[in-house]
Amino acid sequence: MEPILEIRNVTKRYSNHTAVNDVSITVPKQSIYGLLGPNGAGKTSLIRIINQITAPDSGEILLNGEKLNPKHVEHIGYLPEERGLYKKMPVGEQALYLARLKGLSKAEAKKRLKYWFEKFEMQTWWSKKIDELSKGMQQKVQFIVTILHEPKLLILDEPFSGFDPINAQLIKNEILELRKKGSTIIFSTHNMGSVEELCDHIALINKSQKILDGSVKEIRRSHKNNIYRITFKGNMMGFTNAIWDGAKLLESGKVEDETDMHWAVMKIADGVKTSRLLQELLPIIEIVSFNEVIPSMNDIFISKVNEENNILGTQSNFTE
Amino acid sequence: MGKIGLIIHREIMAKLRSKTFLVMTFLAPVLVAGFFAFFIWMSMSDKAEQNILVIDETEFFRDKLAGNDYITFSFTSKNLDQSLDGFYESDKTCLLYIPHNLVEGAGGAVKIFYKKAPGFAIQTDIRNQVEKILYEHKLRANNIDPQIIHNAKQSVKLITEKVNEKGEHAEQSTGFVSIFGFLSGAIMFMFILLYGMMVFRSVMEEKTNRIVEIIVSSVKPFQLMLGKIIGIAILGIGQFITMGLITAVLSTVLSTTLLGDIKKDLDKFQKQQEVVYKNGTNVDLEKFDKMQDKLEVFELMQAAGKINYLEIAICFLLYFIGGYLFYSSILAAIGSAVDAEADAQQFMMPVMLPLIAGYIISARMMTNPEGSMAFWGSIIPFTSPIVMMARLPFGVPVYQVVISISLLFASFIGTTWLAGKIYRIGILMYGKKVSWRELSKWLFYK
Repeated sequence: MEPILEIRNVTKRYSNHTAVNDVSITVPKQSIYGLLGPNGAGKTSLIRIINQITAPDSGEILLNGEKLNPKHVEHIGYLPEERGLYKKMPVGEQALYLARLKGLSKAEAKKRLKYWFEKFEMQTWWSKKIDELSKGMQQKVQFIVTILHEPKLLILDEPFSGFDPINAQLIKNEILELRKKGSTIIFSTHNMGSVEELCDHIALINKSQKILDGSVKEIRRSHKNNIYRITFKGNMMGFTNAIWDGAKLLESGKVEDETDMHWAVMKIADGVKTSRLLQELLPIIEIVSFNEVIPSMNDIFISKVNEENNILGTQSNFTE
Repeated sequence: MGKIGLIIHREIMAKLRSKTFLVMTFLAPVLVAGFFAFFIWMSMSDKAEQNILVIDETEFFRDKLAGNDYITFSFTSKNLDQSLDGFYESDKTCLLYIPHNLVEGAGGAVKIFYKKAPGFAIQTDIRNQVEKILYEHKLRANNIDPQIIHNAKQSVKLITEKVNEKGEHAEQSTGFVSIFGFLSGAIMFMFILLYGMMVFRSVMEEKTNRIVEIIVSSVKPFQLMLGKIIGIAILGIGQFITMGLITAVLSTVLSTTLLGDIKKDLDKFQKQQEVVYKNGTNVDLEKFDKMQDKLEVFELMQAAGKINYLEIAICFLLYFIGGYLFYSSILAAIGSAVDAEADAQQFMMPVMLPLIAGYIISARMMTNPEGSMAFWGSIIPFTSPIVMMARLPFGVPVYQVVISISLLFASFIGTTWLAGKIYRIGILMYGKKVSWRELSKWLFYK
């Protein structure tokens, strides 16, 4: 699919560190794109560059095939991770002000705000001050302000933090709705559950470099590690002996509330076919279920980041 | 409305919404006018009826202490203890006790016993009278006619006239001019500081609120900073004009009501003076002395009338704009770099120093208005808004004002540009203790 955003070899240096190092990312149109990475990896720096809050030292960024320029801020909606509002300014006035800064006319902004305030059942908040609202309520106001100008590209930095599950669901539904209407969403988070649930594509950034990107399905499939989970009735000892040659037992346990039922997670050795393993097992145990374990984004995230850090760790050991 | 327009609008509305700001705008001139009115009122004698019983052990002051419209002296031959007895019940307001050793000059003191404290004016009047009577008595004791001494004393008026480059000269009261100059410099100092700090707080508020990142995703940080500075400048000018108008109205009202009497007194005095010129020594000198202190007030009023207020108001506006923009952009940069006001101390000092220096120079100008310190202080942008305001009432060549203002405006463009570079990095920098070195690095970030 045609990309809405292309980041080409972007580097951003500060006086004593490099925040973004030669990162290239392509975000397809109408996708939900996850920007993942540990704290301090450079996600926020990259997001700020896309928002033209800071400029890259080198590299270029294209939005809809055009080089990023000040006109583009009207097509981007940004919800920063650390977000706040004016404490003493009435909610409605504040929302109106922020919407007009994004280029909406006063009348249009008012009309749209009215729609959203009704939709989120917050009409009575209009003349309240931010001080009087709970954190979740403030987040709703911020979300509305972010999407009010119907941006083609929506950048959400940890959008669910601070929301209760009901409001989080509300926002999730809105995100999906926006995508259906044609928006693209870049989504920076640590919450891997929501990544699997929402994202089509991801990029993983660690220590200012991109270490992985692609579609979520592809990534999970390519990180399969020949790991299988089996549930069976029978003797655990016998099971362990039977797989000795072809597989390595990683984890096992007894299935609760069932007599004589066990589960096990094993890594099948390279070159060993599952059918052969099952043949070995069939005479000894009674198989209840057998399926491949596809790694979660959480696992991939942790193993990838650790792997990278170890490599870097050993490198620095060598230099010492 | 452009984006900067929106920011300016918001900045103004946010301040106008604050009650303290509005209250200050209207209250400050009332307070200032009230303060002056109080002083004028204080300087005129307090007119509470005083009925004073004099216990004169010297028997020397009888019939010499002169009463007036509201002071009456009566004398008693009782001693102090007898007089104090029953004083509280009597219709006398004060007891004046003159001990017998006073005339011998043995350091004796005159005592006033009172029920309600007599005003300062009354105390001064009594002391002056007692001193004068003693003085004349001692002159006579040495066979000197006090009238001769009186007539030998001649008061000389010192008239100061300023000569300009064309050789024209006009009377100018340097005393009043220097006080006026110092005051307008001080007001400039206050205004620059007040509104500069307003910018500083507004920048810091947006940073600590964490709204700034949302805003700079819509507008350039420089636009935000500029909008803020301009917004508060408009507010400041508005407040200045409002305060000025209220002060003007109040002072007109006050001067017609309060100073009306003094004007009449002066007319009287001027006539007396003519009499002195005509008749030489045969004049009622009692009255002459009484007018002396009021005359100073009137001279002040005359001098005040000679200053070109319009010119000064225009210059004040120009210097306020220039000085405010110069300092507020620096303060905006500092506000952006820190997380809390306490962290700003180390940056505040170097900013405050030149401002305070300007203030000190303008204070010193009261003794030496044409020194080189005053000249350079009024040219260099760091101090020029304050020092030039203090210098202006003395009369400054136009070309110097033009140079000074041009320099000031050129430098605020420079500081605003530099401040913008620091600001755009600072507002997004949290949890970091910044140093001057760090700030200077930010100047070079892309």
